[in-house]
Amino acid sequence: MHLDVVLLSRLQFALTLMFHYIFPPLTIGLGLLMVIIEWLWLHTKDTFYKSMALFWTKLFAINFAMGVATGLVMEFQFGTNWATYSRFVGDIFGSALAAEAIFAFFLESGFLAVLVFGWDRVSPKMHFFSTCMVATGSLFSSIWITIANSWQQTPAGYHIVKSASGFWRAEVTDFWAMCFNPSMVHRMLHVWLGCFILGAFFALSIGAYYVIKKEHTRFAHTTVKIALIYAAISSVAMLVSGHFQAEAVSVNQPAKLAAFEGHYETGTGGTCLYAFGWPDDKSKTVKYGLSAPGMLSFLVHHNFTQPVNGLDKFKAEDRPPVFIPFQSYHLMIMLGMAFIGVSLLGLVLLKLNRLFEQKWLMWIYVVSVLGAYTANESGWVAAEVGRQPWVVYGLLRTKDGVSHSVTGEQVLTSMIMFAIVYSFLFIVWVMVMNARIIAGPPLMEDLAQDDAKIAPESKKGIRQFWAMVGRLLERGPASLSETWRGPAPTMSGSETESKSDTKSGQAEDKAAGEKSNLSGEDNNQEAKP
Amino acid sequence: MFTAEYSMNLAWFILLGILLTGYGVLDGFDLGVGILHPVAKTDEERRIIINSIGPLWDGNEVWLVTFAGALFAAFPDVYALAFSSFYTNLMIILFALIFRAVSIEFRSKHKAVIWRQFWDGCFFLSSISATFLFGYIVGQLFLGLPIDAQLELHKEKMSFIELYPVVTGLLAIATCAMHGSIFLYLKTEGELQERIHNWMWHTYGIFIMVYIMTTIFTLTQIPSATANLTRYPWLWSVVMVNVLAIGNIPRAVFLKRPGYAFLSSIATIAALAALFGIAIFPNFIVSSIDPGLSLNIYNSAASKGTLKTMLLIAVLGLPFVISYTVIVYWVFHGKVKLGKFSY
Repeated sequence: MHLDVVLLSRLQFALTLMFHYIFPPLTIGLGLLMVIIEWLWLHTKDTFYKSMALFWTKLFAINFAMGVATGLVMEFQFGTNWATYSRFVGDIFGSALAAEAIFAFFLESGFLAVLVFGWDRVSPKMHFFSTCMVATGSLFSSIWITIANSWQQTPAGYHIVKSASGFWRAEVTDFWAMCFNPSMVHRMLHVWLGCFILGAFFALSIGAYYVIKKEHTRFAHTTVKIALIYAAISSVAMLVSGHFQAEAVSVNQPAKLAAFEGHYETGTGGTCLYAFGWPDDKSKTVKYGLSAPGMLSFLVHHNFTQPVNGLDKFKAEDRPPVFIPFQSYHLMIMLGMAFIGVSLLGLVLLKLNRLFEQKWLMWIYVVSVLGAYTANESGWVAAEVGRQPWVVYGLLRTKDGVSHSVTGEQVLTSMIMFAIVYSFLFIVWVMVMNARIIAGPPLMEDLAQDDAKIAPESKKGIRQFWAMVGRLLERGPASLSETWRGPAPTMSGSETESKSDTKSGQAEDKAAGEKSNLSGEDNNQEAKP
Repeated sequence: MFTAEYSMNLAWFILLGILLTGYGVLDGFDLGVGILHPVAKTDEERRIIINSIGPLWDGNEVWLVTFAGALFAAFPDVYALAFSSFYTNLMIILFALIFRAVSIEFRSKHKAVIWRQFWDGCFFLSSISATFLFGYIVGQLFLGLPIDAQLELHKEKMSFIELYPVVTGLLAIATCAMHGSIFLYLKTEGELQERIHNWMWHTYGIFIMVYIMTTIFTLTQIPSATANLTRYPWLWSVVMVNVLAIGNIPRAVFLKRPGYAFLSSIATIAALAALFGIAIFPNFIVSSIDPGLSLNIYNSAASKGTLKTMLLIAVLGLPFVISYTVIVYWVFHGKVKLGKFSY
């Protein structure tokens, strides 16, 4: 049996990428929301905001772990399935990936630990700083990966040469031109806004669900308010960004625009803009469509009569498929319009003080998060399928990018495995998220109690950090060793009561460490690695 | 041969080595913790073991991500060839790493025994299989791959039943288990720590046996592995460091100085990684068909400009990376205490 390696690799890439892209946009969108909430907490000192931040942290952590796990697959897959492509773009694409890892991933994953596990270990300011760092890290990461993708769409700052190993490849001639390639800035803003919309509607959906269930009222109302403002700003900004993005496509990748609009024949006179329809490759027309005559011409040429180039202006082998780009592009636009509608409507009702009585609207908000996921995914589908048949636009065809030493059987096996594993993970992910949402935010009384148990000075802040550095300089690595020993013998009296609560036990522990430190009675020579 | 013209290529060979060592040292202990975690008897003990790496594992895995990204950028041909040649191995590693990540994350989300047992099983199996396959791939690279004139893997000539990669795979498991046990000893207390203390000796004994076996195998079967040692005799110092570090582990454990034992096992892993680098230098992938077709640091590198830009990125980025790592390890150092935010 002959299996098509190219087709299977493409399917596998689409499957793994679309699954991966469920997670990062949410962590980017939620990251910003968490920064806002923690900022409110720091400024109002109201424990309520801490309970909000804690709730989002838990959901964030689950999504982050899924994002890391599925993201590694993407990075490996360029090499495993697309070896020829990797050789061709390594000089450029590889550097963006490596920069992403060095500048973004370390920042994100390091401070994520403090964000998730550090609540009772670091001071509120230090925690807020960590949250900001995680959010910044996720934005950095999206910058580099968008640079890499945009370069594939609109290559710039390169020349094609034969490498020492005898393969043709693109090499960087101008690093900044490569980074700020023609489509990068608009795509970046578009991607970010997509993430923010997802974060906003995710929060909105949970808040609205609690409103309907009449649970956690204060949490629900505050969340809906913050999320509505967040959603409205990002959705309206998205309209502007979407316009520029489409304009950029019309200049940089006219064949893609023609595919988006199902524009088969250039014809004469103004080109119409479809709201929806059913493109038919055989008759080369869009059936059952609703269109605004001359509108596409207006958007591209700023007049209603000059035709826009159709697919017939491109060589047959350079034409992208039409059906998938058309439908996913239009689905994305319709959803985008709906986001603007429901978020502005919500703001008006909020102003009139009648928002929380509108149960039907709350139900719309609950399901709206699915729309936000769909819009993010379909936008990428449109962008990537619309780039076909090229993997690097105008330079390397997708069919030529594949690995030669990999067989169809191998790819089929791995793809089936991915399908099984990912379906399973998807179900577990939904279950775990659902359990978290049903459990709701932590009670404020509990938080207040927990807080009372931990002495604020035991939490690590910037001062403690410098104190540690000072001790290290003064007394060498031995100063780090106290914490490896457990409670110091002098503190054994307080041991019994501290055992009842692990956290205060830890506080005692640190205090013990500090104490023996000050008195200089330390005779332990163990070094902390 | 090596000239000043290629200093950037050498710098990247060394930097990749540093990244790989960083991954081995850091993820080494958390893979080891995964391999050892069936030692725990109660759910609480399991939680302590998982939480010892809870905040750290994903930062550790970033070293692998960075290694792969840097290899892609600095030596695209090696990345392309190695990753496509080891397709099946890497796919299994990916599945293992996915399951590892999610089993740590999901395990704590339900109390049901069967739920926890399932994720515990996943955690153990994924840790051990990922470790084995990393070692297996290194062993294959020692042996070389059947690379033809088109710089593609010649599948028909590939033999999958070599013994050597299996031995290196076992060595990887033994090393990580030992490294992980010392780490766990540092992070635990009481009865669990006592049990781990025994496991430190067990894993060390196994490590020594597999290490000697691998050494004999390497010296007798793969003559090319020592060629660089003969050419540059000062490299014997790495071998010395390796032997001394291995010897210092039982000494430090016996003297009840686990901190030094951990430093020694870090040195052991770093020296093993360095020996791997020395054995293959200046090649990345040796062609077993014709050594002239091997991919080395000269013929498979990215353009000079990219190597330079990337070096700048690394020089700018590494101080930050090190400071994040220091901050995070500082915040979480000390014995594991189960709290509200633990897994």
